Amino acid sequence: MADPMRIRAQAAGDKTTVRVLMSHEMETGQRKDAAGKTIPAWFIQEVSATLNGKTVMTAQWGASISKNPFLQFTVLGAKPGDKIGVNWVDNKGDKRSDEAAVS
Amino acid sequence: MKNILLIAALLTASGAAPAQPKSAADGIAEYRAMLADGNPADLFEAKGEDLWKKKRGPKNASLESCDLGKGPGVVKGAFVELPRWFADTGRVQDLESRLLTCMERLQGFDAAEIARTPFGKGEQVSMEAYAAWISAESRGLRFNLPQGHADERKTFELGKRAFFYRAGPYDFSCASCHGQPDKRIRLQDLPDLTKNPGDGIGFAAWPAYRVSSGEMWSMQRRLNDCFRQQRFPYPGFASDVTIALGVFMGVNAKGAESIAPALKR
Repeated sequence: MADPMRIRAQAAGDKTTVRVLMSHEMETGQRKDAAGKTIPAWFIQEVSATLNGKTVMTAQWGASISKNPFLQFTVLGAKPGDKIGVNWVDNKGDKRSDEAAVS
Repeated sequence: MKNILLIAALLTASGAAPAQPKSAADGIAEYRAMLADGNPADLFEAKGEDLWKKKRGPKNASLESCDLGKGPGVVKGAFVELPRWFADTGRVQDLESRLLTCMERLQGFDAAEIARTPFGKGEQVSMEAYAAWISAESRGLRFNLPQGHADERKTFELGKRAFFYRAGPYDFSCASCHGQPDKRIRLQDLPDLTKNPGDGIGFAAWPAYRVSSGEMWSMQRRLNDCFRQQRFPYPGFASDVTIALGVFMGVNAKGAESIAPALKR
């Protein structure tokens, strides 16, 4: 089970800025270990965000995203107290979902 | 009259001169500011807080009664007073060596084995998380290492000696790079650690998340890498010389504001 995400959602008028930190190795599959063997690729593939359970954003990620990725996006029409959810699935099928309230 | 005109011309010229080109240091500062908003050290902080309260080890105990110098279980403000002398062990300890003591005494872990574990493996992973969270609990506070005990003063003197000790194939000492201001390695400014280099610089900027390697580094790991760069043999984890260097830097940094866990290139 992956470590939890850190999600912050700050409303300013109509727009809510969501900042997400994810804990993930994001191994590209291009690197070799000390023994010269290729380190298998291991990265987040699908990311989705929800506002009160309704999907507001989906993204497809690949090996070019950094380790412990930071994601920021803006949602329209969220009010303080609303729930922002973020989900990811990696190429090994491991997944993580976390939620935060808009402040 | 000619002179006055010339001065006026010079004034105009300087007024209209284009802005100074951005220095490399400015560029790095800008990059750090952009990243600071999403410092992945946050992830390690959260993990450290969680681990601190979790029952672990052969004795199935948490670290919540660990004494970091301000009494059992007091974490806030402990980091900016470390390394310090501890009565129960009878020695000066930094954060990591103190954690080893707590992990051994409270949880039943083998401290010597953890000290031998390479960085980023096994219980050293927990160590990074603890360092991130405990330092974060003192963020914004100012360094104020105690020097009341004779051993603390002795360790400071030992640290000073180690800092200026020249050795290795290049005849390096810590002071070769950190003994004067305005030095840098490649693009990284090197703080002058013989005095207080300022808020959030040098000793006050570690532990830190290194973006280039995606790792959380405690002061022990920072020192380990400094030894490597000096072409010295690697120091033992939480060994006396590393603690002494911590005391030397920490006492010199008195009054500096801690920004740890910070963000590094």
